[in-house]
Parts: sequence; C-alpha cells; structure tokens
Amino acid sequence: MNVNKVLDAKGLACPMPVVKAKKAMDELTSGQVLEVQTTDKGSKNDLPAWANASGHTIIDMKEENGVFTFWIQKG
Amino acid sequence: MPQQQKKTTIILFSGDYDKAMAAYIIANGAAAYDHDVTIFHTFWGLNALRKDAHIPVKKGFLEKMFAKMMPRGADRMGLSRMNFGGLGPKLIKYVIKKHNAMPLPQLIEMAKEQGVKLVACQMTVDLLGLKPEELIDGIEFAGVATYLADASEGNINLFI
Repeated sequence: MNVNKVLDAKGLACPMPVVKAKKAMDELTSGQVLEVQTTDKGSKNDLPAWANASGHTIIDMKEENGVFTFWIQKG
Repeated sequence: MPQQQKKTTIILFSGDYDKAMAAYIIANGAAAYDHDVTIFHTFWGLNALRKDAHIPVKKGFLEKMFAKMMPRGADRMGLSRMNFGGLGPKLIKYVIKKHNAMPLPQLIEMAKEQGVKLVACQMTVDLLGLKPEELIDGIEFAGVATYLADASEGNINLFI
C-alpha cells in the first residue's frame, strides 16, 4: 500500500484524532492514502464514522498493543 | 467530498465548564466533519467568551456587580455538578490533563482555528452589562433572527 502521509495521534483524546485527521486529509488529493495512529478507544468507531461521512474510504485497520492504525483513502 | 456543506448550530446557554466543554467538543467534531458550525452564546454561556484579563470599561453599579459575580473567561467557569465551591473544576482539569483531553480554553482556540463561527447574543450581552472589549476577538454579535437563519438550514441544532 502506498501511504502518502502518516498522522501520529497517539495519546490524544476525543475530539482531537478526528480533528487532526481532517486537517491532515485536507493536505492530500483525491485517491491518496492517510495513515492514522491513535490510542483513544473511541477512535475505533469515530474514525470510520468520520471517514464515511466525509466521503473517504477506510482501506484497512488494525489494532496492536493498544494502538489503532487506520489507512484511509481520500474520496 | 460531500456535495453540499452541512450545518451544525449550537446554542450555549450554560455557563458551566463541563457543559461548555461538551458544546465545544461537538463543535470541533462537526467542523472536522466539514460542517458549517455556529455557536450562539447567550446568557451565562457568554462567559466562555470573556477575556480572562480585567478590562477597564465604564459600567453602572448593576453591570459591575454582574461582572464581578460571573466567571471571567472559560477557565474560571464552575461545574454543573460536584463543583464543591471551586474544588471540582480543579479536579476536572487534573483528570483532563491526565487523560490528555483538551481543556476548554484550548477547545475554544481550536474551534476558532477550524473556522467555527462564534456569536454573542447582543441582547444578553447588554443585559449582563458586558462590553465588546471584554470579549475575545474574532466573534460576531447578533440576535435571534441570525440564529434562526442558520438553524433553519441546520442538520444538527443543539441547546446546551
């Protein structure tokens, strides 16, 4: 997978992961992929919800040692 | 990208730290959702917009009393529950820090940065004797018609 930008949002609480993801996404162009890392448990549902509502696609996600990683393709 | 920008409007009536925090978290989230977000501050919610510094302005007796009795700025607001005479806010700020959440003053800054429109209700600004100089920069003053204009196109309308 070709990742165009990595956002480290580990340690941040709601609403920051989504706020930061939105900012990072604004710098990408359609089709590019943003990798987001979070530790906020709420972000497991929040980021996919935000991505869907904003027209982006969650390509993949994983959870490892309390860190959630999302790969989101800009719509 | 969404075809047409959605709208979120929030009325912040409460002057409680916790309620204002909820309002500003929703506002920041909605801005990240690419919504056009407006927060209307009225009555006690106006205190969230007060500068924390004392601004010398000419006021009548009642206005001075109001100014003294109300919290000067977001950081001085009390809690809606478990305020414990001011100890509650200290506790809450401690746990906010511990959990790496954002305290209210930073949430307000973040909201401004994200382009959330902050509106002060002119009528209540006058009632409480607040002067524009005492409120933070970058806010607008308006009335019920402006709120209704925004809210009638709103997808999310909240009263907090």
